[in-house]
Amino acid sequence: MNENVNKRYWSYVIGFVVSIILTLTSYTLVQKHLLPMAGLVATIVVLAVAQLVTQLIFFLHLGEEKGARWKLMTFVFALIMVVIVVGGSVWVMYHLNYNMMHMTPSQEKTYMQDNEGL
Amino acid sequence: MDRVIEVYKKAASERKTLGFWIYLMTDIVLFATLFATYAVLRDSTFGGPAGKDLFDLPSVLIETFALLTSSFTVGLALLAGTRGKRGETVFWLLVTAALGVLFLTLELSEFGRFVAAGASWQRSGFLSAFFTLVGTHGAHITVGLIWMLVMIGRLIHSNKPTDLGRLALLSLFWHFLDIVWIFIFTFVYLFGVIS
Repeated sequence: MNENVNKRYWSYVIGFVVSIILTLTSYTLVQKHLLPMAGLVATIVVLAVAQLVTQLIFFLHLGEEKGARWKLMTFVFALIMVVIVVGGSVWVMYHLNYNMMHMTPSQEKTYMQDNEGL
Repeated sequence: MDRVIEVYKKAASERKTLGFWIYLMTDIVLFATLFATYAVLRDSTFGGPAGKDLFDLPSVLIETFALLTSSFTVGLALLAGTRGKRGETVFWLLVTAALGVLFLTLELSEFGRFVAAGASWQRSGFLSAFFTLVGTHGAHITVGLIWMLVMIGRLIHSNKPTDLGRLALLSLFWHFLDIVWIFIFTFVYLFGVIS
């Protein structure tokens, strides 16, 4: 029992320290613009996912279940939903936007006057 | 006989944890829809301010650390509960609640600053999506804080040494909210500033 509590304690400490390091890294990278644009975006996404995994393991203790892994299964299902909902929306709406006009109200007025005679 | 009761109690508590876990997974889907909305609308500023003009990263970093630290301290509260130390559990829950209040105060003052600058949820699609996403997270935090206060009250008044089952669910909820915040921090605030 005591050993178990001790193990849990260190798991929280490790999760906390690693999360702080990951947060500070992505914050510094963005504030100081240390990387070119594409690299910067990719890096902070990777850092966020790394922090997700860290907290799942060290704070939520995912993967410690025995027998049927219902928590893990429902989590994987939720992740699939996230990928479909977010990825699908961004994909579809990007193509929609591509075929439509992006204008501010004043640009729209000028455009309508010049092209549509309104 | 006692052993049988123990086994049944353990199974019942595991079922409750799994039920609550499944609720959290559906909450992930809720946040996914709000993230998707935000991702689609983030450039639709309608001539108004964009994230870059509004976000104050140092203040958001303090918010992030407040929430991260509170996610750590709620774990310490659960550990103190496991060891049967009621006073210590209450202490760590109070620390967690204080950090949660700090987070919420910073968030609300940020919202207030935006609205005062004319950047309310009515200004543009971007701001509607922003306030809905970040506000929904803030509403969850508020509910978590109320739950935490009820928990502290129960711990002080009940004669049971600790209320472990509920405490475990509360810590699960609180860790979950911190995980959602990682993604708000990255995809809303950091992305908002770099593009």
